[in-house]
Amino acid sequence: MRPRRPQSIARLSGWWFAAPAVTLIGVFFFVPVLASFGLSLTDFDIYALADVHRLRFVGWQNYRELMATPLFWQAFKNTLWFVVVGVPLSLAASLLMALLVTTSWVRFKGLWRSAMFIPVVTTLVGSALVFRYLLHTRYGLINYALHTLGVSAVDWLGDPHYSMPAIIVFAIWKNFGYNMIILIAAIEAIPSELYEAALLDGANAWQRFCFVTVPAIAPTLTFVTILTMAGYFQLFTEPYVMTQGGPAQSTMSVLYLMYDEGFKWWNLGRASAVAFVLFVVTYLVTLLQRRLAPEAEL
Amino acid sequence: MTRVLRLFALCVLSLLLGCDAHRSVTVLRFWAIGREGEVLAQLLAPFSAAHPEIEIKIEQLPWTGAHAKLLTAVAGDATPDLCQLGNTWVPELVALKALQPVDEWVRHSTIIDRSDYFDGIWATSQMRGQSYAIPWYVDTRLLFYRKDILRQAGFNRPPVDWVEWRTQMRAIQRLSPDKTALFLPLNEFEPMVALGLQFDTPLIDEAQARALFQSADFTTAMRFYIGLFAEGLSTKMTDQQISNVWTEFGRGYFAFYISGPWNITEFKKRLPASVQGQWATAPLPGPHGPGASIAGGSSLAIFKASAHPREAWMVVEYLSTPNVQERFHELTGDLPPRRSTWNLPAIAQDEYAQAFKDQLERVKPTPRIPEWEQIATELRVFAEHVVLGDYSMEEGLARLNESANRMLHKRRALIEAGEAL
Repeated sequence: MRPRRPQSIARLSGWWFAAPAVTLIGVFFFVPVLASFGLSLTDFDIYALADVHRLRFVGWQNYRELMATPLFWQAFKNTLWFVVVGVPLSLAASLLMALLVTTSWVRFKGLWRSAMFIPVVTTLVGSALVFRYLLHTRYGLINYALHTLGVSAVDWLGDPHYSMPAIIVFAIWKNFGYNMIILIAAIEAIPSELYEAALLDGANAWQRFCFVTVPAIAPTLTFVTILTMAGYFQLFTEPYVMTQGGPAQSTMSVLYLMYDEGFKWWNLGRASAVAFVLFVVTYLVTLLQRRLAPEAEL
Repeated sequence: MTRVLRLFALCVLSLLLGCDAHRSVTVLRFWAIGREGEVLAQLLAPFSAAHPEIEIKIEQLPWTGAHAKLLTAVAGDATPDLCQLGNTWVPELVALKALQPVDEWVRHSTIIDRSDYFDGIWATSQMRGQSYAIPWYVDTRLLFYRKDILRQAGFNRPPVDWVEWRTQMRAIQRLSPDKTALFLPLNEFEPMVALGLQFDTPLIDEAQARALFQSADFTTAMRFYIGLFAEGLSTKMTDQQISNVWTEFGRGYFAFYISGPWNITEFKKRLPASVQGQWATAPLPGPHGPGASIAGGSSLAIFKASAHPREAWMVVEYLSTPNVQERFHELTGDLPPRRSTWNLPAIAQDEYAQAFKDQLERVKPTPRIPEWEQIATELRVFAEHVVLGDYSMEEGLARLNESANRMLHKRRALIEAGEAL
């Protein structure tokens, strides 16, 4: 018997090492994803739940119906609005804070970093409730502050024009700390020689930021943008706790629609279709971004 | 004396402990929702004292999450023994085959007397000739009005039919054009459903498979409803856009409001002293004389999967006893489903509740199909668009009917395939 080639042994043992993780991902990710795709091609509903023989294969009908539902487009528009406005603002906040806590003249850096990371680790529901008090039309601190500035009270969560901005502000406050930590790591990894060289060439602070910092952290920026965007497409808990999708469905998101279809009306087939549409959209946007942005450290 | 008492207590204690050792205790899981869930332990205390062999574990659910939790429990075989159910949820749980029919028990019961219950309320939990739950408290929508404003406009009694109602509203509107005669929040579908139920044509056909929103009757009801906005008798607002109902009703911003029994308690508590005594309740006016309204409220249901249905039934019977229901009314303000409870002093003396008693004789259940709540939310979307002028009423009704029929598609297919739903 010929001895096995060392390469194939190495490959095999590599698979063995990866087996636990691959199995876990297979069982808890790929199988459910495939199953829910299968579900999205059926009309699984309350009747099928009672008796599985009532389940019918309907092909793409769920998807076709979804495309004809005004509420889906409304939810899609809201979600896109949340992503388009929320992601850049959120990244800007993270970057600004990361720059601030890495500058040499700031003291108590550890304290600042921890303080700004706290929103990330607090529970979403708890902090959403606190924000609901802050945003209260009559008793909220925010309207109180506006009032002292001479601005009349804003019905933050009751007026369709302000509900989404309020949700965006909350989401940014909740999430900026996470990206900040990643960006801090990237900024601190920039060799100080680059800044020294730029200084010698007479670059001012803004130029040093544009031509040293940004190019150096660009891959990281792409990476956090993709992550943040994927996260923001899944807007759900904020409107669920703060507005229940209202007023006038102005904070209804795609994921909220999925929740309603699935757990309120028990149309699991349609809910799975919503989930898949969201998946495809997120995937396409991520692809597009990778084409446009520099190589990320993925 | 104290020694005797102490000795007695000791005896009782040892007896109880002895019991525990020999007899097994039946544990019942009871899910209750909202305010009712809060007072349930207090309400059941005498029952628990009389039945130490039954231990009732009460789990409180919030109204916002209860429906989803119930359906998930059915899907995951984790249902409780008994549960408080919103009347409109009963059809869903029946479709899921999760509830225990109760007819046999009702027939043999000495406590629950079918004929003592308001017919419309009893009907809410009846499907295919079987009862699946016992009404616990009732809820319907009727007219809250300001007596003083009505008097100023020249009327000394509330309206009885639509024509009179509209005449009164016009007079009130002339009195103060910057206010609104009737407050109909655009985000509520209940007033529309109530008006629709006042006619003979049902909202869903006999076979429970097709929507009838384009019927002549429903069109008449909606013409009246939409007309109120078109004529300016009701403003185009949701209840989020006014500061709150109590302040505005107190200020007289509107003279009529369609609401339910919970607002009796709220108005008594929140309206300013100057307005107390100036407001009242009246049955909902109908197209020709007093009209029907929605049979809402909650029922008590026993799950099929329960291992202790007999014990659960004992709890249902206890909670249906008129005296217990009277106590329940005192604790929550909820209105009882039995006529005999209405004769007990705590309720008979409540002047605001009397209009509800009258209305309860004319309540109708909303269509008893699992899709109803989803269809009802479409009704709200329809009204919002028509009132805001996005399309005509006829077109709106056509769209509403079409989307409701789309939701009923599966149900129709199953019925055509010969399934009994």
